[in-house]
Amino acid sequence: MQIKRFGFLAFLLAFSFSWAANASNQHGDEHGHHEEQGEKSIKEQIAEVKEHHLKDSHSFHLWGDHASGTSVEFPLPVILWDEGGLHFFMSSAFHHSENQTVESKGSYFRLYHSKIYKTDAEGTIHYDEEHHATNAKPIDFSITKTVFSTILVGLLLLWLFGSVAKKYRKDPVPRGIAKFMEPLVILVRDDIAKPNIGEKDYKRFMPYLLTVFFFIWMANMIGQTPLGINITGNIAVTLGLALITFFITQFSGRKDYWAHIFWMPGVPYVMRLVLMPIEILGMFVKPFSLMIRLYANILAGHVVIMSIIGLIFIFGAWGAKGAFFGLTFFLSIIELLVAFLQAYIFTMLSALYFGSAVEVHDEHH
Amino acid sequence: MEIPAIVGAGLIVIGAGLGIGRIGGSAMEAIARQPEASGKIQTAMIIAAALIEGIGFAALFAV
Repeated sequence: MQIKRFGFLAFLLAFSFSWAANASNQHGDEHGHHEEQGEKSIKEQIAEVKEHHLKDSHSFHLWGDHASGTSVEFPLPVILWDEGGLHFFMSSAFHHSENQTVESKGSYFRLYHSKIYKTDAEGTIHYDEEHHATNAKPIDFSITKTVFSTILVGLLLLWLFGSVAKKYRKDPVPRGIAKFMEPLVILVRDDIAKPNIGEKDYKRFMPYLLTVFFFIWMANMIGQTPLGINITGNIAVTLGLALITFFITQFSGRKDYWAHIFWMPGVPYVMRLVLMPIEILGMFVKPFSLMIRLYANILAGHVVIMSIIGLIFIFGAWGAKGAFFGLTFFLSIIELLVAFLQAYIFTMLSALYFGSAVEVHDEHH
Repeated sequence: MEIPAIVGAGLIVIGAGLGIGRIGGSAMEAIARQPEASGKIQTAMIIAAALIEGIGFAALFAV
């Protein structure tokens, strides 16, 4: 037992170290680059790395720098749709450069600020007064870094729960990884679903609640690894999750749920008219706040950790470097807590909304 | 003189911080009085804190 506990701690330490080592690689390389060309200050470079990490991209960049040729990354498929039909090529066709045009079925595409635009053969970008590109944009179905890591998390969960299910088929006593997962599943059932939805209806919602809980948790956790993945810190992902909760709530709404929205029982008639727009607004505000909460928490966590890592490179003294390294380690542990807490809160609030949708009132109040 | 929007966001964040602080403090007192109800109190505390936190983030994103 003791050894296992230490193993977990060592695992945490390794995570934290690899994070910092990864960043030092990136910064170190860019620092050398900076001395050669004398273009960018270290602060600008840190801001660039941060922005690069928070944004989605068309290739999976692990570490290193393009300019010095130490970059380690793998290409991802680019799938585009426009009038010319479906275009499919690997992102390596861009040669990690924003100046490279790619020809596909007679159309030319170019990366510009991580977005793909349609251009002519020379790759001309047209600008409006505010210096925004006005080129036509194809509809982008690419397997980007976020999409790729989302699929990765999905496969990971499938494998994990597949093996857990196999263990239970042999023997009702949990063994191995099932021993670890069972308390979490029970937590979702007994602490989240049952008290918020009620004994009678909770079973219907368990598959969704468990899926969303473990997906968000795993996505948050994989965001803590030095792979530089940022799934739940992407507002499109959290929008998708919040929309699912929204639709499940609306479609499982019973008579009483709709009555409480459109014609609140037990209050004077004038108040019913006042409450109706507020309640209708509330219908949309609830999933909106779910979306913002998860997105902002994870994004803020990533920004803070990246900034503190950046401070290691800004300060020259070794004492200061060590102090910020320790702070990075500390914040990484806090982020592990936040990763769990956000998954818990998302699931809990979803259950709360489902509960209000299926609730049956015996008497009017 | 025009007051920048970030000042308003700052005020909202101060308010949200005070709110979450109060919730945390009250939950501590409640748990001290009734340790056997700590599970329920924690759940209620987390929900309330999460709702306030949402307002704080909305303010930051509106800027």
